[in-house]
Amino acid sequence: MQMTTIIQMSKQTVNTSKLENPHSVLQPKISLLFYHFSDLKFLPIVSPLHKLYLKMSNEAMDVPKTGFSFDLCRRNEMLTKKGLKSPGYLKTGTTIVGLIFENGVILGADTRATEGPIVADKNCEKIHYMAPNIYCCGAGTAADTEAVTDNISSQLKLHRYHTGRESRVVTALTLLKSHLFRYQGHVSAALVLGGVDVTGPHLHTIYPHGSTDTLPFATMGSGSLAAMAIFESEYREGLTRDEGVNLVTKAICSGIFNDLGSGSNVDVCVIEKGKKEYLRNHLTPNPRTYISSKGYTFSKKTEVLLTKITPLKELVDVVPVGGDAMEE
Amino acid sequence: MDRDATADVNAPHSMGTTIIGVTYNGGVILGADSRTSTGLYVANRASDKITQLTDNVYICRSGSAADSQIVSDYVRYFLHQHTIQLGQPATVKVAANLVRLLSYNNKNMLQTGIIVGGWDKYEGGKIYGIPLGGTILEQPFAIGGSGSSYLYGFFDQAWKEGMTKDEAEQLVVKAVSLAIARDGASGGVVRTVTINSEGVTRNFYPGDQLPLWHEEVEAHNSLLDILNASSPEPMST
Repeated sequence: MQMTTIIQMSKQTVNTSKLENPHSVLQPKISLLFYHFSDLKFLPIVSPLHKLYLKMSNEAMDVPKTGFSFDLCRRNEMLTKKGLKSPGYLKTGTTIVGLIFENGVILGADTRATEGPIVADKNCEKIHYMAPNIYCCGAGTAADTEAVTDNISSQLKLHRYHTGRESRVVTALTLLKSHLFRYQGHVSAALVLGGVDVTGPHLHTIYPHGSTDTLPFATMGSGSLAAMAIFESEYREGLTRDEGVNLVTKAICSGIFNDLGSGSNVDVCVIEKGKKEYLRNHLTPNPRTYISSKGYTFSKKTEVLLTKITPLKELVDVVPVGGDAMEE
Repeated sequence: MDRDATADVNAPHSMGTTIIGVTYNGGVILGADSRTSTGLYVANRASDKITQLTDNVYICRSGSAADSQIVSDYVRYFLHQHTIQLGQPATVKVAANLVRLLSYNNKNMLQTGIIVGGWDKYEGGKIYGIPLGGTILEQPFAIGGSGSSYLYGFFDQAWKEGMTKDEAEQLVVKAVSLAIARDGASGGVVRTVTINSEGVTRNFYPGDQLPLWHEEVEAHNSLLDILNASSPEPMST
């Protein structure tokens, strides 16, 4: 038990997610000591050639438990039953789309991040950099999409150094899908991955449980149905760049205006062979129009009776006795 | 916040599915529909559920999309190693057994039903069915997925030993289209893969080319086209 408390405390200080107040009290504790999750407990697939008779059920093992421990989740459930309001987490309600046009891939996303019913960020970036030629839109829990794309982006960079070649989209795909499958859907990241590599343009969707699809056009997030309606009626093969950007913008706008979880502006990213354009806030259909030019004035409610300024007094006089002055 | 009323797009990606594998004299034919659903929403209406393991062995996947993709990736990897060590193409039996070992040993974690089909020079065309618990059963034909419930009777009546390639292909397409007609979780197009001594052939039957069954209506383009037509046409039922 003691070890668990220590890890819990250190998790609080390390937590640098978008949340103002680290809600680590109600987050599952991750065993920070063991980075590689044992094949036995959480990565369920074992090599049949070598471990034919391995029992999967819980055995008393000498090896310490690795992987996720959900003990605190039971405590959290108990607390919620007793009436403690669980803090919301930052989700990207989201509409994210991608499509393949004649020369490459276009990705699009809205820019609203929600925390329950409140808009936490009116202009967040949902199109994440993976490699110079690969970008990834993320829907789901903001921390999860951010963390998983950053992690795989680092792995891709190391891979580039190792191989001396441009990264391929299928590499990013396999790294992401293995990571998400290992966490059995608890990493709530639904991604649209797109890029152009030596083998051509590619577009994939990746679901939180680790399954992937390869498609010519794709939508994800709460606004995916609205955006898919636009794509299904108007997508065709061999779109030009401008047609593609317009279609993506239209699909995202459809999500922004018809889905409560999506809103604010449209981000677009065009990736072609050898070049990319990240059009941040390509369209801003929701400007803040009613700004008072005079600014806000708040009438004084409390009357000032007396103003007195007292400089702080030194309680201790430092008298150098002799000897060497302190270093530093 | 209650936007899950229409669809829970974060539900596990599952393949409602109809998958079929039949042997004919000379090889095997694998067939599948193409619908992948998350909850009530069709996430991919043109997915490919027939995955390649080696040049001569293919599998049909059903159940959880993630689980079946991971299993097929692992088995492809193991088979590749096995082929290198063996020095010859792997047999269908080995492929099926590798799938079975993964499915059985991880039965608590996995939810996937698989049909393994292929051709090798020792046994010819073979079909192995590996349903949920990890049983392995060699059969002259196998059906799986949610749509297979509607095909048991059909196959009992229509299946014959020693069909030709075209007969078998027609049977598979007819069966998948019947299942699509009755099963909500199956739909889209019909994909078939034929494996024999000469190699592998992929075929594709778009939804509007499939035969129509009881009370089914012909596919037609959007009714909005009527607005562009000169005179209004009566709507079909």
